[in-house]
Amino acid sequence: MLSIFVTAFVVGGLICVIGQLLFDVANLTPAHTLCILVVAGSILDGFGLYEPLIDFAGAGATVPITSFGNALTHGAMAEAEKHGFVGVLTGMFEVTSSGISAAILFGFIASVIFRPKGKV
Amino acid sequence: MKGLLKFRTNPTIAATGVVVGPLEKKSPFKPLFDKVYDDERSGQPTNEKGHSKLVEDACMIALRKAGFVPDDADFLLIGDLVNQMTPSNFCASELQIPYVGMFSACATSISSLLTAALLTESGMSACSIAGASSQHNAVERQFRYPVEYGSQKPETAQWTVTAAGVAAVTPNQAGFPAIVSGTIGRVIDLGVTDPFNMGAAMAPAAADTLERHLNGHGRKVKHYDTIITGDLGKIGFEIYQKLIAKKKIETTNNLRDAGAEFFGDDSDFQAGASGTGCSAAIYFSDVYEKMMVGEYKRVLLIATGSLLSPLSFQQGDTIPCIAHAVELEMK
Repeated sequence: MLSIFVTAFVVGGLICVIGQLLFDVANLTPAHTLCILVVAGSILDGFGLYEPLIDFAGAGATVPITSFGNALTHGAMAEAEKHGFVGVLTGMFEVTSSGISAAILFGFIASVIFRPKGKV
Repeated sequence: MKGLLKFRTNPTIAATGVVVGPLEKKSPFKPLFDKVYDDERSGQPTNEKGHSKLVEDACMIALRKAGFVPDDADFLLIGDLVNQMTPSNFCASELQIPYVGMFSACATSISSLLTAALLTESGMSACSIAGASSQHNAVERQFRYPVEYGSQKPETAQWTVTAAGVAAVTPNQAGFPAIVSGTIGRVIDLGVTDPFNMGAAMAPAAADTLERHLNGHGRKVKHYDTIITGDLGKIGFEIYQKLIAKKKIETTNNLRDAGAEFFGDDSDFQAGASGTGCSAAIYFSDVYEKMMVGEYKRVLLIATGSLLSPLSFQQGDTIPCIAHAVELEMK
């Protein structure tokens, strides 16, 4: 039981370490870092490597943004099997639509209720 | 040598006005600021309107201390970092003083002061308001990320201050700091592209202007009670001192940097303060006060500016930098 938490923490943490290194060592912007991690997750899934990582680390692999890339590829491939090439386009946002809709919805609610502030 | 200014009539700074935001309460110079806002938007609905209010207040304070009202002032020479300098433009709209927007990024405090001194020397100005301002949230949004986004900053980054500092420049009056000479800087670009390391980008410009000022006006560093740069910050200030040593300029312990000192040793503010208002706030509070009470007789102010735009660094361009210098003397 406890080992699930430990592997999730270590794997999720390592993905974040990669992101932090892209910031601090490679001097990339947050937008670049985000894109690289999403694309990395997508490519890993293309080679069938991300699902085993999820089986191994659970939330450690599904919570970081790399999982979004994984979901994009996953949806595209699943739909492609059913509907051929057009499925690549329709499937890409099938699995990810919940994440995208949630971001829009909660972003909207937060912006209606709160007023952003600086450090003060 | 080109770009040197020598004033025969020695225009004086009759009064100054410095207004800051709430985080600037943490500055050791807080008691010297004329007005401190508790609200980061200076009681206005937006950051940019708050920015405008800050500089307007500073102008009114300087005018009042000099015994003037806005109608008495001949010229308003101010600038900031926001696109097309709208905060300064709106301030000028309120005050109705004939206005020229001044832009030298964070070196605007000095380029505006030198322009005011030239207008005064020409006999066409009895009172000019010169200065600069910046507002943290408005500037960060434009050049880096909106503060609400909560982006991480590296240790080399500097903290854009919320501050406005202006000076009322008049023909020579006894008992006030006089503007005796100045040096207009050259743009120096050694290829730094990181907008989170402005200090390193600006240090060579500061060292170049210092060298040209000393050689051009036949001065030694020890001639001054202090030589205070604008906003090199802790990292930039170290590089600047190394560059001076490399140029074999004999220094004493009279070198200061407004950006490195603004927030004391508070590590919350990374490598120190920056922003157009940074040098203006320290020059027109601490340095001005020390001259008025006789602690400083001769000072050299060197304000440094990074002349980048959000677009230029996104396209991977380098950061061109400038430094302007002005020599003040208490006669």
